[in-house]
Amino acid sequence: MDQTQTRSHFFIGLWTALVLVLVYLPIICGAVASFTKSRYFAFPVSAWSTSWWERTTDSIEIGMIVQNSFLVAGFVTVIAVVLAFFGALAFARYEWSGRRWFQKLIMLPIFFPQPVLGLALLLWFSALGIPTSWVTAVFAHLVWIVPVVTLVIAIQVYGFDPTLEEAAFDLGCSRLQVLREVTLPLLWPGIWSGALFAFLLSWGNFPLSLFTAGADSTIPKWLYAKMVAGYSPMVPALGTMSTLGAATALALAGLAALMWRKLRAA
Amino acid sequence: MSTLTPPSALEATGQPAAPAAAGWRGPRLSLGARCSAPVLILLGLGFVAPLVAIFAYSFARPRTFEVFRSFTLDNYATLFDATNTVWLSFLWSFGFALATVAILALVAYPIAFGLDRLFGRWSSIISLLFVFPLFVSENVRLYGWVLFFIKNGVLDGTLKAMGAGGGPEVLYSPAIILAGMVYTYLPFMLFPITLGLAMVPRDIIDAARDLGAGRLMIWREIELPLAMPGILIGVLLTFVLAIGAVAEAKILGGQSVIVVSHDIEIAFTYSQNWPLGSALAVVVSVFVAALTLWGLARLDLDRLLGRR
Repeated sequence: MDQTQTRSHFFIGLWTALVLVLVYLPIICGAVASFTKSRYFAFPVSAWSTSWWERTTDSIEIGMIVQNSFLVAGFVTVIAVVLAFFGALAFARYEWSGRRWFQKLIMLPIFFPQPVLGLALLLWFSALGIPTSWVTAVFAHLVWIVPVVTLVIAIQVYGFDPTLEEAAFDLGCSRLQVLREVTLPLLWPGIWSGALFAFLLSWGNFPLSLFTAGADSTIPKWLYAKMVAGYSPMVPALGTMSTLGAATALALAGLAALMWRKLRAA
Repeated sequence: MSTLTPPSALEATGQPAAPAAAGWRGPRLSLGARCSAPVLILLGLGFVAPLVAIFAYSFARPRTFEVFRSFTLDNYATLFDATNTVWLSFLWSFGFALATVAILALVAYPIAFGLDRLFGRWSSIISLLFVFPLFVSENVRLYGWVLFFIKNGVLDGTLKAMGAGGGPEVLYSPAIILAGMVYTYLPFMLFPITLGLAMVPRDIIDAARDLGAGRLMIWREIELPLAMPGILIGVLLTFVLAIGAVAEAKILGGQSVIVVSHDIEIAFTYSQNWPLGSALAVVVSVFVAALTLWGLARLDLDRLLGRR
């Protein structure tokens, strides 16, 4: 490796580090703001306090909002994974006449501006006379998240050897047995990461929730309302808590994957 | 697919060899069609139908809710009327989207290169660090930038404490909206490019180097063309998402600039003119869908996603 190459490699590393710092800078700013004592944020912080965190965790209103976010994300995860599992098989496993069209159609919601989709859904619900609530928000999230989860699982399906299924059939397995004993175990890693994506993307989604959750607020929606009017340090406090929640979910999933790999190796 | 495969062979479509066994076929629908049915029903009810509804609404009389009871092109006439300033928000959104894509390509390419070639076992951790912000609500992150740039905020306060006057006033300007978009959509550019670069066989690069090609030539003749499908996805995705972006202009831009999604929202909420909002949404949707379908027609998704 010549010297100019080593030097350019060093700069790529430096650049990546710099961009990563910028990526996390606003998240850290929020955390700092949530620990200040004063009502209005000023830096350098003159007095630190955890009182805004306490107020946030004690608030009944915020309890409801966190509950809504969990409800929506929970339902979205379960429904999205089931639909996307079959969707991914249709996307990557089977050769069928409509496959190319299916692959394109499923990409469209991902490539679609979410605020516009949210408004279109709002209009659609109103045309059908369906009052918006967290239930309609679940449906709205699914429209965007099922395609994403389908892609995540499809990547796993591409690495899947179809002859294993055929061998099981030849050995006399029923279709249900093949699904349970061959297909599912081979696709579990993709299904789990799909579930994680579904939960986290729903948890953090703002534009779809804004228009389709009606009077039921979710964490991102509540934060936005308070940013626009009535700021209090509960905004960065809840924002930071939500971020920590997502990080914990990701870390737990990583840990589970590691243990799973160890168990399989043993 | 072996890494030794020459580019000409790579061009051939890699069909996954998975014809369903004869015994699998149902009486009417193929197994693939049946597996796709739940997703298709969801997308039919939740994606296609709302767009059709919006399309129908766009022909209703302005400021009414009479779908299918009136037919008029007034809403479209309003949009394309030169005295209306809607075209201005279109122009802003379009300009922001173009600039976002250009800046993101420059920002993300070296990182994607690093993730693919340089960082080794650190790659997965660094990727994870770039994925994670996707799961933090975008308004939380954008508000963090407000806290950074606001008067007496992190930047201003630090500069003042060092006796350097005070921070620059960048909030509520088009520049900060653009920066916000670049910030929000970074992962959508980074990962497709990484995917694209991963498709470039190393052996070809080594061979070209052995034959005396310079680094610029290798990049232009081998790396860039072979990584193009991934780059194209990243460009398309970030462009389309940036066209519809609204949070950046609202939170960082303080509504100093009205982008097109904001116009649509205003029509639906404050001014209660659903037909006009629908017409605007139809124009944006048609533009976005045309671009997406055009881009996707150029890509072989099987090869891109099933590279392993």
